[in-house]
Amino acid sequence: MAESIKDKVAIIGMGCTKFGELWDKSPEDLIIEAYKETMEDAGIEKKDIQAAWLGSHLDDISIGRGVIIFSMALKLPFIPVTRTENFCATGTEALRGACYAVASGAYDIALALGVEKLKDVGYAGLPESGNLNMEGTLGRFTTPARTAPGAYAMMATGYFAKYGLSPEDGKRTLAKISSKSHHNGTLNPKAHLRREVSVEDVMKAPIIAWPLGLYDCCGVSDGAAAAIVTRADMAKNFRPDPVYVKALQIAASSGEELLYTDYDYAHVETTYRAGIAAYREAGIKNPREELSMMETHDCFSINELTQYEDLGISPRGRAKEDVDAGFFNIDGKIPNEVDGGLKCFGHPIGASGLRMVYEIYKQLQGKAGPRQLKDPKIGLTHNMGGTPPSCVVAVGIVGL
Amino acid sequence: MGGTQMAIGITSYGAYLPWHRLGPGTNGWTARTERAVASFDEDSITMAVAAAVNCLDGFHRQDIQALYFASTTPPYKEKSNATTVSVAADLPFETLSMDFSDSLRAGTAALQAAIDAVKGGSAKQVLLVAADMRVPQPRSEFEPVFGDGAAALLIGNSKVAVQLEDSYAVSHEMLDVWRADGDAFVRTWEDRFVIEEGYLKILPQVISKLLDRNKLSSKDITKAVLYAPDSRRHREMVRKLGFDLETQVQEPLFSTVGNTGAAFAPMMLAAALEKAKAGDRILLANYGNGADAFLFRVTEEIEAIRNSRGVGSYVESKRILPDYETYAVWRGLIDKAPPTRRPPIRTPSPSAMHREESKNLRFHGIKCKRCGYPQYPPQRVCTRCHAKDEFEDYRFSDKKAKVFTYALDRLGPTLDPPLVVSVIDFDGGGRMFSIMTDRDVDKVEIGMPLEMTFRKFHSSEGIHNYYWKCMPVRA
Repeated sequence: MAESIKDKVAIIGMGCTKFGELWDKSPEDLIIEAYKETMEDAGIEKKDIQAAWLGSHLDDISIGRGVIIFSMALKLPFIPVTRTENFCATGTEALRGACYAVASGAYDIALALGVEKLKDVGYAGLPESGNLNMEGTLGRFTTPARTAPGAYAMMATGYFAKYGLSPEDGKRTLAKISSKSHHNGTLNPKAHLRREVSVEDVMKAPIIAWPLGLYDCCGVSDGAAAAIVTRADMAKNFRPDPVYVKALQIAASSGEELLYTDYDYAHVETTYRAGIAAYREAGIKNPREELSMMETHDCFSINELTQYEDLGISPRGRAKEDVDAGFFNIDGKIPNEVDGGLKCFGHPIGASGLRMVYEIYKQLQGKAGPRQLKDPKIGLTHNMGGTPPSCVVAVGIVGL
Repeated sequence: MGGTQMAIGITSYGAYLPWHRLGPGTNGWTARTERAVASFDEDSITMAVAAAVNCLDGFHRQDIQALYFASTTPPYKEKSNATTVSVAADLPFETLSMDFSDSLRAGTAALQAAIDAVKGGSAKQVLLVAADMRVPQPRSEFEPVFGDGAAALLIGNSKVAVQLEDSYAVSHEMLDVWRADGDAFVRTWEDRFVIEEGYLKILPQVISKLLDRNKLSSKDITKAVLYAPDSRRHREMVRKLGFDLETQVQEPLFSTVGNTGAAFAPMMLAAALEKAKAGDRILLANYGNGADAFLFRVTEEIEAIRNSRGVGSYVESKRILPDYETYAVWRGLIDKAPPTRRPPIRTPSPSAMHREESKNLRFHGIKCKRCGYPQYPPQRVCTRCHAKDEFEDYRFSDKKAKVFTYALDRLGPTLDPPLVVSVIDFDGGGRMFSIMTDRDVDKVEIGMPLEMTFRKFHSSEGIHNYYWKCMPVRA
């Protein structure tokens, strides 16, 4: 009988670099900076780390393939290091590897670190968005022109049509989502984009892929984030306020969504499935009442809107009502993207999943500074890679 | 002489004209005529495929033994172009594919060869497709004249709709218009030499000989389909031959399409057949380093192949390009900076292209034998019922579809921004992600009816990457 990961593993240290267009920082600089903060937070030494998981998505820039840039930058003492890659859910995948290793009893202390250096290629957007390269060799000739904004914009069109929103109403709802994240970003010194953007500003922005405009799209950033995990029963030897892993689930598309005409293009099936699995693992019956906060994968505003429904917070077709009511604002019932989200904290692909956990970890410990929430107990991370009908979604839940 | 043992001739016809036109209304276009211009993602191969598919509507592909492709602008110089047309038109593996090239008479040369193949018994049916997109030098005398397009004729000996009575050809060596290896544009000698010593001298000789030996005069011709380099020479030829311009001569498309090179004579013939009646006698005459002429008699079978996708419907279905610059960018005459900086698209792999031929060129998906659901791209495990390897091939290229959702992507690399990306549902089942081409951006909407069209995605390192796109149904 399979057991769950719940309360077997604790996070005892975390670090995160500033995200942004860090022209003066190499991938090694980012790795060392995130590592240093994490180790100081955990209060352990290099010799205490028994194994490491590295998350990094792209292999033709950044740190290349494999792990040696990482292991040699940190001078890790010949310990096992595993590279994980799972699209934009890569960061959560690295954490998952480290947590499972500790839960298995193979190691007592493991490091998970995600890093991405995107801004060395000379153009805006994702480096491979002229060729999402999701299909390996095949992607070179059948879908060479696919972009991430285009793929997500099709979900906005689908959602507006399914629920009868006019383009004006639909875009205004999405604008509220982005404007909220921009406000949160101003409160975070590590965020990439730190400026208020009004709903009207979002509405008037240049179109990237209709119906999505500039401010419906997240930042493309450099950055790194890391965590030290240990056995739950050892955690309080290191600190009084460890954060416990309650669930770590991943769902991958089955092909139904892409190929089968039943898929409505107004939700993400993998988000729905991973959410159900994570709630079951964590023992959450009513997420709308039980969750204190969320950090979800808002690569595009429409993705955040549909997540509210897929994750069981808002009823189908009615996330707009919660957005309008400020339910997810920093002073709302379940604040989301408190650190600015992908939208404003930025999106260095391999680091994003760990960055989400970093925010909740700091909030649960009461160390989130000017954006500190009142007494949060449990938070959810949602980390997604791919396009709405062909993707992986990682949902993590951590709590005190 | 006439008097073939069995009836041989045309059993079907089809045509294709691109959607775009240069014409009055195009900023920077000074001619009074309209000229059909291939889209940025079209070439002679893709237009040929469209004409071939139209021609084959309702015909069984396994009954066709050969495909002849005629063009002076084949995309490959070494590597068969006919084979690509044959495969994309989904003709069988056992098809003899042949390239006819280098001559404005390539189309009628292929017609003669097709007739001879059927007569000789090596093939029961031959599909002949002619396509051209000659790029005239900007502001040259050719620019207001040249057009792009394709025409297809199915040649056979059963249910012949247009029976061949006789044909005749001569060779005549002269440099009148030419394009040497490496030349981007057509060159020409002084027009008095070109016309008087060439066109107006040779073509009448060939037509007279053909009529004389069949004991016919110009009065006996119901419709004369006459190649001409331009509109003025066409009128001179009609006058010289004694045909009545109003009643006896196929309208030569100079004001709406232009001279479509090797495809021109077959295209005018296809246009003539759209209005032909049983008993009509049709003269087809083509010119270029010699001339050839054919006498046809239309049979009752013509009524069975009234093709709705003939020249006429395509002439009406058009979009005038807003400016000459767009055309110049599409043809590579201006190296315009793209709207957004994007990474170069990677070169496709010929070995992978070879492996994926059925999926990418034939546009075959699969239909599950257990649950009946059609799927694209082909799967090994059924998306719906999870049956493994229990499928039959299913051709999507001739299926209609509808837009399920879409986006107008300004980041996507294309010479015709924005890139319209769409998810489309096929009539009869099946869904795919598809790039939409030849669309009016303001009119794209959910539920819009679509058809599939074979296009060139991009070229890199001499590899032309062909695949299928969707487009709003052409009228």
